[in-house]
Amino acid sequence: MISQQFEYSAPATLQEALDLLANEGAKPLAGGMSLIPMMKLRLAAPEQLIDIGRLRELNYIRREGEQMHIGAGTTHWDVESSPIVRAHCPLLSETVSNIGDIQVRNRGTIGGSAAHADPSADYPAAFCALEAQFKLVKKGGERVVGASDFFVDMLTTALESGEIIAEVIVPVEQRGTGVSYQKCVQPASGFAIVGVAVRVSSEFVRIGVTGLGAKAYRATNAEEIYTSTHDAAKAAAVVADGADSNSDIHASASYRKHLARIYTQRALKEAASRMG
Amino acid sequence: MSSRKEPDNPQQDEATPKNKFSRRGFLSSVGITSGALTTGLLEPEAEAAPVAAKVVGPGEVPITLQINGKPVKISVEPRATLCDTLRNRLELTAAKRVCDRGTCGACSVIVDGKAMYSCTLLAIDLQGRQITTLEGISTEKKLHAVSKAFVNNDAQQCGYCTPGFVIASKAFLDRNPNPTFEEVKHGLGGNLCRCGTYVGIRKAVLEAAKELKGGSNA
Ligand SMILES: Cc1cc2nc3c(=O)[nH]c(=O)nc-3n(C[C@H](O)[C@H](O)[C@H](O)COP(=O)(O)OP(=O)(O)OC[C@H]3O[C@@H](n4cnc5c(N)ncnc54)[C@H](O)[C@@H]3O)c2cc1C
Ligand code: FES
Ligand code: FES
Repeated sequence: MISQQFEYSAPATLQEALDLLANEGAKPLAGGMSLIPMMKLRLAAPEQLIDIGRLRELNYIRREGEQMHIGAGTTHWDVESSPIVRAHCPLLSETVSNIGDIQVRNRGTIGGSAAHADPSADYPAAFCALEAQFKLVKKGGERVVGASDFFVDMLTTALESGEIIAEVIVPVEQRGTGVSYQKCVQPASGFAIVGVAVRVSSEFVRIGVTGLGAKAYRATNAEEIYTSTHDAAKAAAVVADGADSNSDIHASASYRKHLARIYTQRALKEAASRMG
Repeated sequence: MSSRKEPDNPQQDEATPKNKFSRRGFLSSVGITSGALTTGLLEPEAEAAPVAAKVVGPGEVPITLQINGKPVKISVEPRATLCDTLRNRLELTAAKRVCDRGTCGACSVIVDGKAMYSCTLLAIDLQGRQITTLEGISTEKKLHAVSKAFVNNDAQQCGYCTPGFVIASKAFLDRNPNPTFEEVKHGLGGNLCRCGTYVGIRKAVLEAAKELKGGSNA
């Protein structure tokens, strides 16, 4: 499989990249772990690739006050192995270590995963539970979009043409919060058939679900029940209510919903056991 | 990849395109597909480009790769994967092209110390990185400790997945010199063996870990 021909540019600065991306037909390339296979299968045929994977400006992990800022070009491995992330955002460490294989984690990036918006990707569950914010930049503009508005549909995000994710912003986890990511893995690819990310403390609970529907979502109905009952089983029972569940050779729609309930319960219990 | 010819001008700066390329806006405004560039239909654009970054391709572009410690100059189309470049252009055939979509690990190489799928990397994107293939760490005369352990443990049948496994195992042991059996299983999850020799492979990696005594790279 060989992709269609394209032009290539590796700009040295973010500004140059944004200038190039303003041209019609240009597409950003980060780790290429999703884009290159798509291009080889001719599901994508960009005329020009702008390689943003080499930009140092997009490769950082910083704590600023009560927020963590992670550059879009940070690889899964760099997030997984970061002591700052482990200390201040353990849900991300746990989620990212579940992505695919080491060869993919060594190369794929947080921004690429978010932008690709695969309905079975792991990160989006954590992004929903963390109410992550995405800083989006384009030539002459910048805006911040929350996870619930960022993920629009299967493989579709709020990104506009010429716009890229510059960084992902997540809260620093407060003491007393327990987190867990529980995933039913599709063994060949490593993708999530269903994945559930949970954060729970005495004050709040957040539940993010991936793999079930066209896009990851925050299960506010299950959160409400957990807040009032502290009963993981009761909360999990409603997590898939109203979801338009995917169905494929790996799992039917009803089995996926069943998995979502089981994995929500597991994640809630494990997160609760890690509070303190 | 159409030709095996060497770069016209090997002295050229590695990021320099063969000719100055027209910009996307120009192409789309006149409705010429990018294929026109390879056939030389388009002259270098006279007008100053609005951006400094160079746009190269879609035809062959001279690049320099650092492979097994040596600079290698070659011309590739931007769409050429590292796997195809190694195998078809550089006679480095240890990395195998099997699934060609980042699933099986047979094409694994080490880039800047990290195992990666060479079928899912663009060669042009690897300039300035240190690429290590199996040829660079293990030769018939001097087998790497991991290769030796594969032999000792009968860790292959048809052998087609073996080079990828050996490379992935080396990168894994560099990161985790003292793994448990479970860690080996998880750490090599990116490599598949259709003949099902996993048990032998995992034993071999544990044996190599002992042999390397804390990860010296042989
Ligand atoms: C074998 C295999 C197994 C995998 N298993 C899993 C898994 O278990 N779980 C999982 O979650 N993922 C999995 N993945 C996907 C992986 O996480 C990808 O790395 C990720 O989805 C894409 O990141 P990338 O940096 O490689 O992006 P690329 O492939 O370079 O780009 C993907 C898309 O995002 C766009 N893009 C990239 N960066 C930006 C940016 N900063 N702003 C805007 N747009 C951008 C590109 O234009 C493209 O459309 C797997 C991939 C493979 C090949
Ligand atoms: S050939 Fe590259 S992973 Fe299978
Ligand atoms: S030995 Fe045949 S595929 Fe592994």
